[in-house]
Amino acid sequence: MKNNKFGIILNGLITENPTFVLMLGMCPTLATTTSAVNGLGMGAATMFVLICSNLVVSLLKSLIPDNVRIPSFIVIIATFVTLLEMLMKAYVPSLYESLGLFIPLIVVNCVVLGRAESFASKNNPFDSLLDGLGIGLGFTFALTLLGMVRELLGSGKLFGLTIFPEQYGALVFILAPGAFISLAYLLAIMNKLRKQS
Amino acid sequence: MKKLQSTLVNMVLVLGIIAIVAATLLAWVNQLTAEPIRLAEVAKQQTAIKEVTPAFDAVGKIISYTDETGQNINCYPVLNQNKCVGIAVESYSNAGFNGYIQVMVGFDMNGNIVNYSVLKQAETPGLGTKMVDWFKTDKAAQSILGKNPAKGLRVSKDGGEIDAITAATISSRAFLDAVNRAYTYYQKSLDAVQTAQN
Repeated sequence: MKNNKFGIILNGLITENPTFVLMLGMCPTLATTTSAVNGLGMGAATMFVLICSNLVVSLLKSLIPDNVRIPSFIVIIATFVTLLEMLMKAYVPSLYESLGLFIPLIVVNCVVLGRAESFASKNNPFDSLLDGLGIGLGFTFALTLLGMVRELLGSGKLFGLTIFPEQYGALVFILAPGAFISLAYLLAIMNKLRKQS
Repeated sequence: MKKLQSTLVNMVLVLGIIAIVAATLLAWVNQLTAEPIRLAEVAKQQTAIKEVTPAFDAVGKIISYTDETGQNINCYPVLNQNKCVGIAVESYSNAGFNGYIQVMVGFDMNGNIVNYSVLKQAETPGLGTKMVDWFKTDKAAQSILGKNPAKGLRVSKDGGEIDAITAATISSRAFLDAVNRAYTYYQKSLDAVQTAQN
């Protein structure tokens, strides 16, 4: 791990981008990115949970005996996810409905548990918070990008704004196969860019 | 600070305390958000009722039915100057391409469909999801607005008079199933409303 604080954020955003490099949390990545807004919403929701759980896990790391650390982390993560679920239901019901089942499923998103285990339980609270922010931003960036590609190719829209008429869109990109195709191409492009730099 | 050893007492204590704190926090937030959640749901329902019925100034007493499968069907009579001018029926169908769909259908006092609003659906994006607008678009024979489903509405493929959504006949059938079910309960509630008014 790099020592400077900015490096931690950059690490999550690029070097260890959860979607494009670590390839974690593929289920919500593929399922919720039918539009850019949904991808952004899902990314932001995961980021919130990541930051909170990373911070709390890091604060409690010396109080939690090793043998019960995984159940403890899961309880902490599940608490934040449930909090988020109730808050979203109350204040942004339309986004909650379009993400549906995938909000409660953040509990089992391996990105969140993975960062708690591999980073937060070994580093100080402030660094953990930054790591949560970085990984969260990386996840949000990846999901929004994927959502934009799928929405544009599938329905001719970008964040709900019409770019070209819907009937010229290739519907397959909104459906599940399009998610795999788009993700594969994005991965290829990302790998190429990373090799160059 | 030294890490706590994994003795039984430590483990039970730590996990127990974490769980208790988590539960307390959740209970508190649950209480905090219960009211906004309820309000959001009511607001959504009110918007849907307003959208599907003739102009009204008050929503009358809700009439609830339970059908043979145990599903709740709510009928909302709407009143204008204390006279019932229409009924919005919250109906459903389990025959959608992805299962359950929920539709609010509004009728006037003659049983003609005023408008509808799809409340819940999980149909295929770009195909079945078109039901949200398709059946209110005045084009060819796709609109159900102003129609009276007394004989039951069916898609043209099944010998009916409504054009199904292109490439989404199953979703269309499910939608009309929900509309026809709404009509059944509209008639039941109409009797109840008229008895109450006389």
